[in-house]
Amino acid sequence: MRAAQAGVERRKLFDKLFVLLGLVVLVAAFAVLFALFLDLLRQGAPRLDWDFLTSYASRKPEQAGILAAWVGTSLIMVVTACVAMPVGVAAAIYLEEYAPKNWVTAIIEINVTNLAGVPSIIYGLLALGLFVYKLGLGQSILAAGLTLALLILPIVIVATREAVRAVPRPIREAAYALGATRWEVTAHHVLPYSMGGVLTGMIIGLSRAIGETAPIITIGALSFIAFLPTPPLTGEFPFLSFAWLKDAFTAMPIQMFNWVSRPDPGFRVNAAAAGAILLGMTLLMNGIAIWLRYRFRKKINW
Amino acid sequence: MQMQISMPVEAQSLSDAPRGAIAETAPAKACASKLGFWYGNMQALKGLDMEIRDKRVTALIGPSGCGKSTFLRCFNRMHDLTPGTRYEGSIHLYPDDIDLVSRDVDPIEVRMRIGMVFQKPNPFPKSIFENVAYGLRVRGMRARALIEEEVEKALRDAALWDEVKDRLQSSGLSLSGGQQQRLCIARALATNPELLLFDEPTSALDPIATARIEELITALRERVTVLIVTHNMQQAARVSDYTAFMYLGELVEFDATSKLFTNPGRKATEDYITGRYG
Repeated sequence: MRAAQAGVERRKLFDKLFVLLGLVVLVAAFAVLFALFLDLLRQGAPRLDWDFLTSYASRKPEQAGILAAWVGTSLIMVVTACVAMPVGVAAAIYLEEYAPKNWVTAIIEINVTNLAGVPSIIYGLLALGLFVYKLGLGQSILAAGLTLALLILPIVIVATREAVRAVPRPIREAAYALGATRWEVTAHHVLPYSMGGVLTGMIIGLSRAIGETAPIITIGALSFIAFLPTPPLTGEFPFLSFAWLKDAFTAMPIQMFNWVSRPDPGFRVNAAAAGAILLGMTLLMNGIAIWLRYRFRKKINW
Repeated sequence: MQMQISMPVEAQSLSDAPRGAIAETAPAKACASKLGFWYGNMQALKGLDMEIRDKRVTALIGPSGCGKSTFLRCFNRMHDLTPGTRYEGSIHLYPDDIDLVSRDVDPIEVRMRIGMVFQKPNPFPKSIFENVAYGLRVRGMRARALIEEEVEKALRDAALWDEVKDRLQSSGLSLSGGQQQRLCIARALATNPELLLFDEPTSALDPIATARIEELITALRERVTVLIVTHNMQQAARVSDYTAFMYLGELVEFDATSKLFTNPGRKATEDYITGRYG
Protein backbone atom coordinates (compact mmCIF):
# COMPACT_ATOMS: atom_id res chain seq x y z
CA MET A 1 0.00 0.00 0.00
CA ARG A 2 2.76 2.43 0.97
CA ALA A 3 4.75 1.52 -2.14
CA ALA A 4 1.70 2.17 -4.27
CA GLN A 5 1.28 5.57 -2.58
CA ALA A 6 4.88 6.49 -3.37
CA GLY A 7 4.27 5.50 -6.99
CA VAL A 8 1.33 7.88 -7.22
CA GLU A 9 3.40 10.72 -5.76
CA ARG A 10 6.12 10.14 -8.32
CA ARG A 11 3.69 10.00 -11.21
CA LYS A 12 2.04 13.20 -10.04
CA LEU A 13 5.47 14.81 -9.90
CA PHE A 14 6.04 13.98 -13.58
CA ASP A 15 2.68 15.50 -14.36
CA LYS A 16 3.70 18.74 -12.64
CA LEU A 17 7.13 18.69 -14.31
CA PHE A 18 5.50 18.54 -17.71
CA VAL A 19 3.27 21.50 -16.93
CA LEU A 20 6.35 23.41 -15.80
CA LEU A 21 8.26 22.51 -18.95
CA GLY A 22 5.34 23.60 -21.10
CA LEU A 23 5.08 26.91 -19.30
CA VAL A 24 8.81 27.59 -19.61
CA VAL A 25 8.78 26.93 -23.35
CA LEU A 26 5.68 29.08 -23.83
CA VAL A 27 7.06 31.98 -21.81
CA ALA A 28 10.40 31.75 -23.64
CA ALA A 29 8.70 31.95 -27.03
CA PHE A 30 6.58 34.87 -25.91
CA ALA A 31 9.51 36.66 -24.31
CA VAL A 32 11.54 36.54 -27.53
CA LEU A 33 8.72 38.06 -29.59
CA PHE A 34 7.96 40.61 -26.92
CA ALA A 35 11.63 41.63 -26.55
CA LEU A 36 11.95 41.98 -30.30
CA PHE A 37 8.87 44.14 -30.50
CA LEU A 38 9.97 46.30 -27.59
CA ASP A 39 13.45 46.69 -29.08
CA LEU A 40 12.01 47.77 -32.41
CA LEU A 41 9.72 50.23 -30.65
CA ARG A 42 12.57 51.64 -28.56
CA GLN A 43 14.89 52.04 -31.54
CA GLY A 44 12.25 53.36 -33.85
CA ALA A 45 10.55 55.59 -31.27
CA PRO A 46 12.03 58.87 -32.57
CA ARG A 47 10.46 58.30 -35.99
CA LEU A 48 7.10 56.86 -34.95
CA ASP A 49 4.87 59.79 -35.75
CA TRP A 50 2.30 60.93 -38.29
CA ASP A 51 4.93 62.39 -40.63
CA PHE A 52 6.57 59.00 -40.90
CA LEU A 53 3.33 57.51 -42.16
CA THR A 54 2.60 60.31 -44.61
CA SER A 55 6.03 60.92 -46.17
CA TYR A 56 7.64 59.28 -49.15
CA ALA A 57 11.10 57.76 -49.07
CA SER A 58 13.90 60.29 -49.05
CA ARG A 59 17.69 60.49 -49.15
CA LYS A 60 17.58 62.24 -45.81
CA PRO A 61 16.70 59.72 -43.10
CA GLU A 62 14.85 62.22 -40.91
CA GLN A 63 12.55 63.16 -43.81
CA ALA A 64 11.96 59.66 -45.12
CA GLY A 65 8.63 57.95 -44.52
CA ILE A 66 6.71 54.83 -45.41
CA LEU A 67 3.69 56.25 -47.21
CA ALA A 68 4.34 54.43 -50.48
CA ALA A 69 5.31 51.26 -48.61
CA TRP A 70 2.23 50.85 -46.45
CA VAL A 71 -0.14 51.86 -49.22
CA GLY A 72 1.62 49.37 -51.50
CA THR A 73 1.46 46.62 -48.90
CA SER A 74 -2.22 47.27 -48.22
CA LEU A 75 -3.14 47.20 -51.90
CA ILE A 76 -1.14 44.03 -52.48
CA MET A 77 -2.95 42.43 -49.54
CA VAL A 78 -6.29 43.39 -51.07
CA VAL A 79 -5.34 41.67 -54.34
CA THR A 80 -3.94 38.65 -52.49
CA ALA A 81 -7.05 38.25 -50.36
CA CYS A 82 -9.41 38.70 -53.31
CA VAL A 83 -7.59 35.99 -55.26
CA ALA A 84 -6.56 33.52 -52.56
CA MET A 85 -9.90 33.44 -50.75
CA PRO A 86 -12.21 32.33 -53.57
CA VAL A 87 -9.64 30.08 -55.26
CA GLY A 88 -8.44 28.50 -52.02
CA VAL A 89 -11.91 27.97 -50.56
CA ALA A 90 -13.25 26.59 -53.83
CA ALA A 91 -10.32 24.19 -54.13
CA ALA A 92 -10.74 23.01 -50.55
CA ILE A 93 -14.49 22.54 -50.93
CA TYR A 94 -13.96 20.59 -54.11
CA LEU A 95 -11.36 18.34 -52.51
CA GLU A 96 -13.43 17.75 -49.38
CA GLU A 97 -16.99 17.58 -50.68
CA TYR A 98 -16.90 16.74 -54.34
CA ALA A 99 -13.71 14.99 -55.42
CA PRO A 100 -13.89 11.19 -55.59
CA LYS A 101 -11.44 9.58 -53.20
CA ASN A 102 -8.98 8.03 -55.63
CA TRP A 103 -5.24 8.19 -56.34
CA VAL A 104 -5.49 11.35 -58.46
CA THR A 105 -7.03 13.34 -55.61
CA ALA A 106 -4.57 11.72 -53.19
CA ILE A 107 -1.66 13.05 -55.28
CA ILE A 108 -3.26 16.49 -55.48
CA GLU A 109 -3.77 16.54 -51.73
CA ILE A 110 -0.17 15.57 -50.99
CA ASN A 111 1.09 18.21 -53.40
CA VAL A 112 -1.07 20.94 -51.92
CA THR A 113 0.38 20.17 -48.51
CA ASN A 114 3.91 20.08 -49.91
CA LEU A 115 3.47 23.41 -51.69
CA ALA A 116 3.18 25.07 -48.29
CA GLY A 117 6.83 24.14 -47.76
CA VAL A 118 8.22 25.47 -51.05
CA PRO A 119 10.66 28.38 -50.44
CA SER A 120 9.03 31.68 -51.26
CA ILE A 121 11.81 32.72 -53.67
CA ILE A 122 10.71 29.87 -55.93
CA TYR A 123 7.26 31.43 -56.11
CA GLY A 124 9.00 34.71 -56.96
CA LEU A 125 10.84 33.11 -59.87
CA LEU A 126 7.68 31.43 -61.12
CA ALA A 127 5.82 34.72 -60.90
CA LEU A 128 8.59 36.59 -62.70
CA GLY A 129 8.38 34.19 -65.62
CA LEU A 130 4.62 33.74 -65.63
CA PHE A 131 2.94 36.93 -64.44
CA VAL A 132 5.54 39.58 -65.25
CA TYR A 133 6.71 38.31 -68.65
CA LYS A 134 4.36 35.67 -70.07
CA LEU A 135 1.13 37.34 -69.05
CA GLY A 136 2.67 40.78 -69.45
CA LEU A 137 1.47 42.14 -66.14
CA GLY A 138 4.77 43.91 -65.62
CA GLN A 139 6.20 44.86 -62.26
CA SER A 140 2.82 45.77 -60.94
CA ILE A 141 0.69 45.53 -57.81
CA LEU A 142 -1.42 42.92 -59.62
CA ALA A 143 1.62 40.72 -60.26
CA ALA A 144 2.76 41.04 -56.63
CA GLY A 145 -0.72 40.27 -55.31
CA LEU A 146 -1.06 37.23 -57.53
CA THR A 147 2.37 35.98 -56.47
CA LEU A 148 1.55 36.23 -52.79
CA ALA A 149 -1.87 34.70 -53.40
CA LEU A 150 -0.12 31.70 -54.94
CA LEU A 151 2.20 31.57 -51.97
CA ILE A 152 -0.57 31.42 -49.36
CA LEU A 153 -2.94 29.26 -51.39
CA PRO A 154 -1.75 26.03 -49.72
CA ILE A 155 -2.25 27.57 -46.27
CA VAL A 156 -5.77 28.66 -47.14
CA ILE A 157 -6.62 25.29 -48.70
CA VAL A 158 -5.33 23.26 -45.76
CA ALA A 159 -7.06 25.49 -43.18
CA THR A 160 -10.34 25.46 -45.11
CA ARG A 161 -10.28 21.70 -45.53
CA GLU A 162 -9.79 21.25 -41.83
CA ALA A 163 -12.63 23.64 -41.03
CA VAL A 164 -14.90 21.91 -43.54
CA ARG A 165 -14.01 18.48 -42.19
CA ALA A 166 -14.95 19.64 -38.69
CA VAL A 167 -18.61 19.99 -39.73
CA PRO A 168 -20.13 16.79 -38.33
CA ARG A 169 -21.48 14.20 -40.74
CA PRO A 170 -24.93 14.08 -39.03
CA ILE A 171 -25.44 17.75 -39.92
CA ARG A 172 -24.74 17.04 -43.58
CA GLU A 173 -26.98 13.99 -43.44
CA ALA A 174 -29.78 16.06 -41.94
CA ALA A 175 -29.58 18.48 -44.85
CA TYR A 176 -29.36 15.73 -47.46
CA ALA A 177 -32.29 13.92 -45.87
CA LEU A 178 -34.42 17.06 -46.39
CA GLY A 179 -33.71 16.83 -50.10
CA ALA A 180 -30.85 19.31 -50.37
CA THR A 181 -28.44 18.95 -53.27
CA ARG A 182 -24.70 18.76 -52.70
CA TRP A 183 -24.36 22.41 -53.62
CA GLU A 184 -27.12 23.40 -51.19
CA VAL A 185 -25.54 21.39 -48.40
CA THR A 186 -22.24 23.14 -49.09
CA ALA A 187 -23.58 26.66 -49.52
CA HIS A 188 -26.26 26.64 -46.79
CA HIS A 189 -24.52 24.54 -44.17
CA VAL A 190 -20.94 23.41 -44.57
CA LEU A 191 -19.49 26.75 -45.61
CA PRO A 192 -21.36 28.98 -43.14
CA TYR A 193 -20.58 26.64 -40.24
CA SER A 194 -16.89 26.47 -41.11
CA MET A 195 -16.55 30.21 -41.84
CA GLY A 196 -14.69 30.85 -38.58
CA GLY A 197 -11.96 28.38 -39.52
CA VAL A 198 -11.87 29.55 -43.13
CA LEU A 199 -11.37 33.20 -42.17
CA THR A 200 -8.77 32.27 -39.57
CA GLY A 201 -6.78 30.36 -42.17
CA MET A 202 -7.15 33.24 -44.60
CA ILE A 203 -5.80 35.79 -42.16
CA ILE A 204 -2.96 33.57 -41.04
CA GLY A 205 -2.08 33.25 -44.71
CA LEU A 206 -2.26 37.01 -45.21
CA SER A 207 -0.11 37.71 -42.18
CA ARG A 208 2.49 35.40 -43.68
CA ALA A 209 2.22 37.19 -47.03
CA ILE A 210 2.52 40.66 -45.53
CA GLY A 211 6.07 40.00 -44.38
CA GLU A 212 7.26 38.22 -47.52
CA THR A 213 10.18 40.01 -49.18
CA ALA A 214 11.93 37.57 -51.49
CA PRO A 215 9.17 36.95 -54.02
CA ILE A 216 8.27 40.59 -54.49
CA ILE A 217 11.90 41.60 -54.85
CA THR A 218 12.18 38.92 -57.52
CA ILE A 219 9.30 40.29 -59.52
CA GLY A 220 10.77 43.76 -59.28
CA ALA A 221 9.37 45.88 -56.52
CA LEU A 222 10.91 49.34 -56.51
CA SER A 223 12.61 50.39 -53.34
CA PHE A 224 12.58 54.11 -53.92
CA ILE A 225 9.26 55.45 -54.93
CA ALA A 226 7.82 58.89 -54.46
CA PHE A 227 4.32 58.57 -55.77
CA LEU A 228 1.15 56.68 -54.88
CA PRO A 229 -0.71 54.29 -57.17
CA THR A 230 -3.78 55.65 -58.96
CA PRO A 231 -6.52 56.05 -56.37
CA PRO A 232 -9.09 53.25 -56.59
CA LEU A 233 -11.96 55.72 -56.05
CA THR A 234 -12.56 58.39 -58.67
CA GLY A 235 -14.71 61.48 -58.87
CA GLU A 236 -16.64 60.52 -61.98
CA PHE A 237 -18.69 57.49 -62.96
CA PRO A 238 -18.20 54.55 -62.31
CA PHE A 239 -16.28 55.86 -59.27
CA LEU A 240 -14.09 52.76 -59.18
CA SER A 241 -10.79 52.54 -60.96
CA PHE A 242 -8.60 49.52 -61.35
CA ALA A 243 -5.67 51.37 -62.90
CA TRP A 244 -3.75 50.94 -59.63
CA LEU A 245 -3.45 47.25 -60.37
CA LYS A 246 -0.98 48.05 -63.14
CA ASP A 247 1.06 50.56 -61.12
CA ALA A 248 4.56 50.08 -59.83
CA PHE A 249 4.84 49.62 -56.10
CA THR A 250 6.97 49.14 -53.06
CA ALA A 251 6.07 47.30 -49.87
CA MET A 252 6.91 47.47 -46.18
CA PRO A 253 9.49 44.67 -46.08
CA ILE A 254 11.18 46.06 -49.22
CA GLN A 255 11.43 49.49 -47.66
CA MET A 256 12.90 48.00 -44.48
CA PHE A 257 15.35 45.89 -46.39
CA ASN A 258 16.45 48.95 -48.32
CA TRP A 259 16.97 51.00 -45.18
CA VAL A 260 18.92 48.43 -43.17
CA SER A 261 21.36 48.00 -46.05
CA ARG A 262 22.30 51.69 -45.98
CA PRO A 263 25.35 52.94 -44.09
CA ASP A 264 23.70 56.00 -42.50
CA PRO A 265 22.61 55.00 -38.94
CA GLY A 266 19.60 57.32 -39.31
CA PHE A 267 18.11 54.86 -41.75
CA ARG A 268 18.43 52.10 -39.21
CA VAL A 269 16.10 53.99 -36.92
CA ASN A 270 13.68 54.23 -39.83
CA ALA A 271 13.96 50.50 -40.44
CA ALA A 272 13.19 49.78 -36.78
CA ALA A 273 10.17 52.07 -36.86
CA ALA A 274 8.90 50.44 -40.06
CA GLY A 275 9.52 47.03 -38.49
CA ALA A 276 7.45 47.94 -35.45
CA ILE A 277 4.61 49.09 -37.69
CA LEU A 278 4.80 45.94 -39.84
CA LEU A 279 4.78 43.75 -36.75
CA GLY A 280 1.87 45.78 -35.43
CA MET A 281 -0.02 45.19 -38.69
CA THR A 282 0.62 41.45 -38.44
CA LEU A 283 -0.47 41.27 -34.80
CA LEU A 284 -3.57 43.27 -35.66
CA MET A 285 -4.46 40.79 -38.39
CA ASN A 286 -3.94 37.88 -36.04
CA GLY A 287 -6.09 39.66 -33.50
CA ILE A 288 -8.86 39.96 -36.08
CA ALA A 289 -8.49 36.25 -36.83
CA ILE A 290 -8.90 35.35 -33.16
CA TRP A 291 -11.89 37.65 -32.82
CA LEU A 292 -13.56 36.20 -35.92
CA ARG A 293 -12.99 32.67 -34.71
CA TYR A 294 -14.49 33.59 -31.36
CA ARG A 295 -17.48 35.28 -32.99
CA PHE A 296 -18.26 32.32 -35.27
CA ARG A 297 -17.60 29.55 -32.77
CA LYS A 298 -19.72 31.17 -30.08
CA LYS A 299 -22.79 30.48 -32.17
CA ILE A 300 -21.80 26.93 -33.00
CA ASN A 301 -21.01 24.26 -30.45
CA TRP A 302 -21.55 20.77 -31.72
CA MET B 1 -42.39 -14.28 -21.57
CA GLN B 2 -41.54 -12.25 -18.55
CA MET B 3 -41.67 -8.98 -20.42
CA GLN B 4 -44.27 -6.34 -19.63
CA ILE B 5 -45.71 -5.15 -22.88
CA SER B 6 -48.34 -2.48 -23.19
CA MET B 7 -49.92 -2.88 -26.55
CA PRO B 8 -51.54 -0.16 -28.65
CA VAL B 9 -55.24 -0.86 -28.84
CA GLU B 10 -55.28 -1.18 -32.61
CA ALA B 11 -52.44 -3.64 -32.56
CA GLN B 12 -54.26 -5.72 -30.00
CA SER B 13 -57.30 -6.03 -32.16
CA LEU B 14 -55.16 -6.81 -35.18
CA SER B 15 -53.46 -9.62 -33.39
CA ASP B 16 -56.56 -11.75 -33.55
CA ALA B 17 -57.06 -11.16 -37.23
CA PRO B 18 -55.47 -13.43 -39.81
CA ARG B 19 -52.65 -11.84 -41.87
CA GLY B 20 -54.73 -11.54 -44.97
CA ALA B 21 -57.19 -9.37 -43.10
CA ILE B 22 -54.39 -7.00 -42.08
CA ALA B 23 -53.40 -6.52 -45.66
CA GLU B 24 -56.92 -5.43 -46.45
CA THR B 25 -57.12 -2.90 -43.64
CA ALA B 26 -54.08 -0.97 -44.79
CA PRO B 27 -52.74 -0.86 -48.33
CA ALA B 28 -49.00 -1.19 -48.90
CA LYS B 29 -47.06 2.08 -48.87
CA ALA B 30 -43.78 0.56 -49.83
CA CYS B 31 -42.61 -2.88 -50.75
CA ALA B 32 -39.04 -4.16 -50.64
CA SER B 33 -38.40 -7.17 -52.78
CA LYS B 34 -35.18 -9.16 -52.98
CA LEU B 35 -33.48 -6.11 -51.54
CA GLY B 36 -29.74 -6.55 -51.17
CA PHE B 37 -27.16 -4.00 -50.17
CA TRP B 38 -23.38 -3.98 -50.41
CA TYR B 39 -20.70 -1.88 -48.75
CA GLY B 40 -17.87 -2.63 -51.19
CA ASN B 41 -17.47 -6.39 -51.00
CA MET B 42 -19.42 -6.73 -47.78
CA GLN B 43 -23.01 -7.73 -48.17
CA ALA B 44 -25.05 -6.04 -45.45
CA LEU B 45 -28.55 -6.96 -46.59
CA LYS B 46 -29.55 -10.25 -48.15
CA GLY B 47 -32.69 -10.64 -50.20
CA LEU B 48 -35.17 -8.78 -48.00
CA ASP B 49 -38.85 -8.99 -48.84
CA MET B 50 -41.12 -6.81 -46.81
CA GLU B 51 -44.22 -4.65 -47.10
CA ILE B 52 -44.68 -1.38 -45.27
CA ARG B 53 -48.35 -0.64 -44.59
CA ASP B 54 -49.78 2.79 -45.27
CA LYS B 55 -50.39 4.99 -42.19
CA ARG B 56 -49.00 2.38 -39.83
CA VAL B 57 -45.91 2.23 -37.68
CA THR B 58 -43.50 -0.51 -38.63
CA ALA B 59 -40.60 -1.27 -36.31
CA LEU B 60 -37.30 -2.90 -37.23
CA ILE B 61 -35.63 -4.74 -34.40
CA GLY B 62 -32.58 -6.95 -34.13
CA PRO B 63 -29.14 -7.10 -32.53
CA SER B 64 -26.42 -4.55 -33.37
CA GLY B 65 -25.04 -4.99 -36.85
CA CYS B 66 -28.04 -6.93 -38.13
CA GLY B 67 -28.59 -4.38 -40.87
CA LYS B 68 -31.72 -2.67 -39.60
CA SER B 69 -30.29 0.85 -39.94
CA THR B 70 -28.78 -0.10 -43.29
CA PHE B 71 -32.21 -1.23 -44.43
CA LEU B 72 -33.83 1.98 -43.18
CA ARG B 73 -31.30 4.13 -44.99
CA CYS B 74 -32.06 2.41 -48.29
CA PHE B 75 -35.49 4.08 -48.27
CA ASN B 76 -34.11 7.60 -48.63
CA ARG B 77 -30.96 6.57 -50.46
CA MET B 78 -28.71 7.83 -47.67
CA HIS B 79 -26.15 5.24 -48.75
CA ASP B 80 -25.59 7.14 -51.97
CA LEU B 81 -23.47 9.53 -49.91
CA THR B 82 -20.99 6.75 -49.19
CA PRO B 83 -18.81 5.78 -52.13
CA GLY B 84 -18.61 2.10 -53.07
CA THR B 85 -22.11 1.10 -52.03
CA ARG B 86 -24.57 -0.85 -54.16
CA TYR B 87 -28.24 -1.73 -54.05
CA GLU B 88 -29.85 -4.86 -55.43
CA GLY B 89 -33.50 -5.68 -55.89
CA SER B 90 -36.11 -2.99 -55.42
CA ILE B 91 -38.17 -0.92 -53.01
CA HIS B 92 -41.39 0.14 -54.64
CA LEU B 93 -43.18 3.18 -53.26
CA TYR B 94 -46.94 3.28 -53.74
CA PRO B 95 -49.30 4.51 -55.02
CA ASP B 96 -47.19 5.73 -57.95
CA ASP B 97 -45.02 2.62 -57.95
CA ILE B 98 -41.53 4.08 -58.32
CA ASP B 99 -38.48 2.00 -57.42
CA LEU B 100 -36.67 3.98 -54.71
CA VAL B 101 -33.34 2.23 -55.15
CA SER B 102 -33.31 2.24 -58.92
CA ARG B 103 -30.45 4.04 -60.63
CA ASP B 104 -32.94 5.91 -62.77
CA VAL B 105 -34.59 7.49 -59.75
CA ASP B 106 -32.86 10.59 -58.45
CA PRO B 107 -31.98 10.33 -54.74
CA ILE B 108 -32.88 14.01 -54.25
CA GLU B 109 -36.40 13.31 -55.49
CA VAL B 110 -36.65 10.33 -53.17
CA ARG B 111 -35.59 12.47 -50.21
CA MET B 112 -38.12 15.15 -51.14
CA ARG B 113 -40.84 12.62 -50.36
CA ILE B 114 -39.34 10.64 -47.51
CA GLY B 115 -38.31 12.29 -44.25
CA MET B 116 -35.81 11.05 -41.73
CA VAL B 117 -35.09 11.54 -38.03
CA PHE B 118 -31.67 10.47 -36.85
CA GLN B 119 -30.23 8.67 -33.87
CA LYS B 120 -28.74 11.72 -32.25
CA PRO B 121 -30.64 15.00 -32.46
CA ASN B 122 -28.90 16.96 -35.20
CA PRO B 123 -30.48 20.40 -35.50
CA PHE B 124 -28.66 22.88 -37.70
CA PRO B 125 -26.81 25.58 -35.77
CA LYS B 126 -29.44 28.03 -36.97
CA SER B 127 -32.52 29.45 -35.32
CA ILE B 128 -35.40 27.17 -34.36
CA PHE B 129 -37.47 28.81 -37.08
CA GLU B 130 -34.84 28.31 -39.77
CA ASN B 131 -34.38 24.68 -38.78
CA VAL B 132 -37.99 23.91 -39.52
CA ALA B 133 -38.17 26.23 -42.52
CA TYR B 134 -35.11 24.73 -44.23
CA GLY B 135 -36.93 21.89 -45.96
CA LEU B 136 -39.50 24.36 -47.27
CA ARG B 137 -36.81 26.68 -48.58
CA VAL B 138 -35.13 23.79 -50.38
CA ARG B 139 -38.50 23.12 -51.98
CA GLY B 140 -38.52 26.65 -53.30
CA MET B 141 -41.05 28.17 -50.93
CA ARG B 142 -40.40 31.90 -50.65
CA ALA B 143 -43.54 33.51 -49.26
CA ARG B 144 -42.77 34.53 -45.70
CA ALA B 145 -46.34 34.20 -44.42
CA LEU B 146 -46.72 30.73 -45.88
CA ILE B 147 -43.43 29.57 -44.40
CA GLU B 148 -44.41 30.95 -40.98
CA GLU B 149 -47.69 29.11 -41.17
CA GLU B 150 -46.06 25.81 -42.12
CA VAL B 151 -43.39 26.17 -39.44
CA GLU B 152 -46.00 26.71 -36.76
CA LYS B 153 -48.01 23.75 -38.00
CA ALA B 154 -44.97 21.47 -38.00
CA LEU B 155 -43.93 22.60 -34.53
CA ARG B 156 -47.43 21.97 -33.25
CA ASP B 157 -47.48 18.53 -34.84
CA ALA B 158 -44.17 17.82 -33.14
CA ALA B 159 -45.62 18.94 -29.78
CA LEU B 160 -42.95 21.61 -29.47
CA TRP B 161 -44.83 24.80 -30.33
CA ASP B 162 -45.80 25.79 -26.79
CA GLU B 163 -42.24 25.44 -25.57
CA VAL B 164 -40.59 27.46 -28.33
CA LYS B 165 -43.20 29.89 -29.67
CA ASP B 166 -41.63 32.78 -27.78
CA ARG B 167 -38.10 32.09 -28.89
CA LEU B 168 -38.26 30.99 -32.49
CA GLN B 169 -35.18 33.06 -33.26
CA SER B 170 -32.91 31.45 -30.69
CA SER B 171 -30.56 28.72 -31.78
CA GLY B 172 -31.83 25.20 -32.20
CA LEU B 173 -28.82 24.11 -30.17
CA SER B 174 -30.11 26.00 -27.13
CA LEU B 175 -32.85 23.40 -26.65
CA SER B 176 -32.59 20.30 -24.46
CA GLY B 177 -31.85 16.94 -26.08
CA GLY B 178 -35.48 15.84 -26.14
CA GLN B 179 -36.61 19.20 -27.51
CA GLN B 180 -33.88 19.06 -30.15
CA GLN B 181 -35.16 15.68 -31.29
CA ARG B 182 -38.73 17.01 -31.50
CA LEU B 183 -37.33 19.94 -33.47
CA CYS B 184 -35.79 17.43 -35.87
CA ILE B 185 -39.16 15.71 -36.15
CA ALA B 186 -40.81 19.07 -36.86
CA ARG B 187 -38.14 19.76 -39.48
CA ALA B 188 -38.99 16.49 -41.19
CA LEU B 189 -42.77 16.97 -40.83
CA ALA B 190 -42.69 20.47 -42.34
CA THR B 191 -41.88 18.96 -45.72
CA ASN B 192 -44.99 16.78 -45.52
CA PRO B 193 -43.29 13.43 -46.13
CA GLU B 194 -45.21 10.35 -47.24
CA LEU B 195 -42.94 8.09 -45.28
CA LEU B 196 -41.02 9.06 -42.16
CA LEU B 197 -37.93 7.12 -41.16
CA PHE B 198 -36.75 7.04 -37.56
CA ASP B 199 -33.27 5.68 -36.87
CA GLU B 200 -33.22 4.86 -33.15
CA PRO B 201 -34.66 8.29 -32.37
CA THR B 202 -34.58 7.93 -28.59
CA SER B 203 -31.27 6.20 -27.99
CA ALA B 204 -29.64 9.46 -26.88
CA LEU B 205 -32.55 10.61 -24.72
CA ASP B 206 -33.67 10.17 -21.13
CA PRO B 207 -36.85 8.17 -20.30
CA ILE B 208 -39.13 11.20 -20.05
CA ALA B 209 -38.00 12.65 -23.37
CA THR B 210 -38.29 9.15 -24.83
CA ALA B 211 -41.88 8.86 -23.66
CA ARG B 212 -42.77 12.14 -25.37
CA ILE B 213 -41.21 11.04 -28.65
CA GLU B 214 -43.07 7.75 -28.46
CA GLU B 215 -46.36 9.56 -27.88
CA LEU B 216 -45.57 11.68 -30.87
CA ILE B 217 -44.87 8.70 -33.10
CA THR B 218 -48.13 7.09 -32.04
CA ALA B 219 -49.97 10.31 -32.89
CA LEU B 220 -48.22 10.59 -36.26
CA ARG B 221 -49.67 7.38 -37.62
CA GLU B 222 -52.83 9.35 -38.39
CA ARG B 223 -51.11 11.13 -41.24
CA VAL B 224 -47.86 9.50 -42.19
CA THR B 225 -46.37 6.06 -42.63
CA VAL B 226 -43.62 5.45 -40.10
CA LEU B 227 -40.68 3.10 -40.25
CA ILE B 228 -38.66 3.02 -37.05
CA VAL B 229 -35.45 1.26 -36.14
CA THR B 230 -35.18 0.63 -32.44
CA HIS B 231 -32.82 -1.10 -30.13
CA ASN B 232 -35.43 -1.20 -27.49
CA MET B 233 -37.95 -4.02 -27.79
CA GLN B 234 -40.40 -2.49 -25.35
CA GLN B 235 -40.38 0.58 -27.55
CA ALA B 236 -41.16 -1.49 -30.63
CA ALA B 237 -44.01 -3.13 -28.72
CA ARG B 238 -45.32 0.22 -27.50
CA VAL B 239 -45.30 2.24 -30.69
CA SER B 240 -45.55 -0.12 -33.63
CA ASP B 241 -48.29 -1.95 -35.45
CA TYR B 242 -45.91 -4.24 -37.28
CA THR B 243 -42.50 -5.47 -36.33
CA ALA B 244 -39.73 -6.98 -38.40
CA PHE B 245 -36.99 -8.94 -36.70
CA MET B 246 -33.71 -8.89 -38.57
CA TYR B 247 -30.59 -10.90 -38.01
CA LEU B 248 -27.30 -10.91 -39.96
CA GLY B 249 -28.71 -8.88 -42.80
CA GLU B 250 -31.75 -11.05 -43.28
CA LEU B 251 -35.38 -10.65 -42.39
CA VAL B 252 -36.14 -13.44 -39.93
CA GLU B 253 -39.74 -12.66 -39.15
CA PHE B 254 -42.26 -9.98 -39.97
CA ASP B 255 -45.70 -9.80 -38.45
CA ALA B 256 -48.19 -7.72 -36.53
CA THR B 257 -46.39 -6.48 -33.44
CA SER B 258 -48.83 -8.14 -31.05
CA LYS B 259 -48.39 -11.46 -32.80
CA LEU B 260 -44.62 -11.24 -33.06
CA PHE B 261 -44.17 -10.41 -29.41
CA THR B 262 -46.68 -12.86 -27.95
CA ASN B 263 -46.46 -15.72 -30.37
CA PRO B 264 -43.31 -15.52 -32.51
CA GLY B 265 -43.18 -17.95 -35.37
CA ARG B 266 -39.45 -18.50 -35.32
CA LYS B 267 -37.19 -19.77 -32.58
CA ALA B 268 -34.62 -17.03 -33.26
CA THR B 269 -37.22 -14.32 -32.79
CA GLU B 270 -38.39 -15.82 -29.56
CA ASP B 271 -34.82 -16.07 -28.26
CA TYR B 272 -34.17 -12.46 -29.12
CA ILE B 273 -37.31 -10.96 -27.67
CA THR B 274 -36.97 -12.95 -24.49
CA GLY B 275 -33.48 -11.59 -24.10
CA ARG B 276 -31.46 -14.72 -24.76
CA TYR B 277 -29.11 -12.82 -27.12
CA GLY B 278 -28.69 -9.47 -28.77
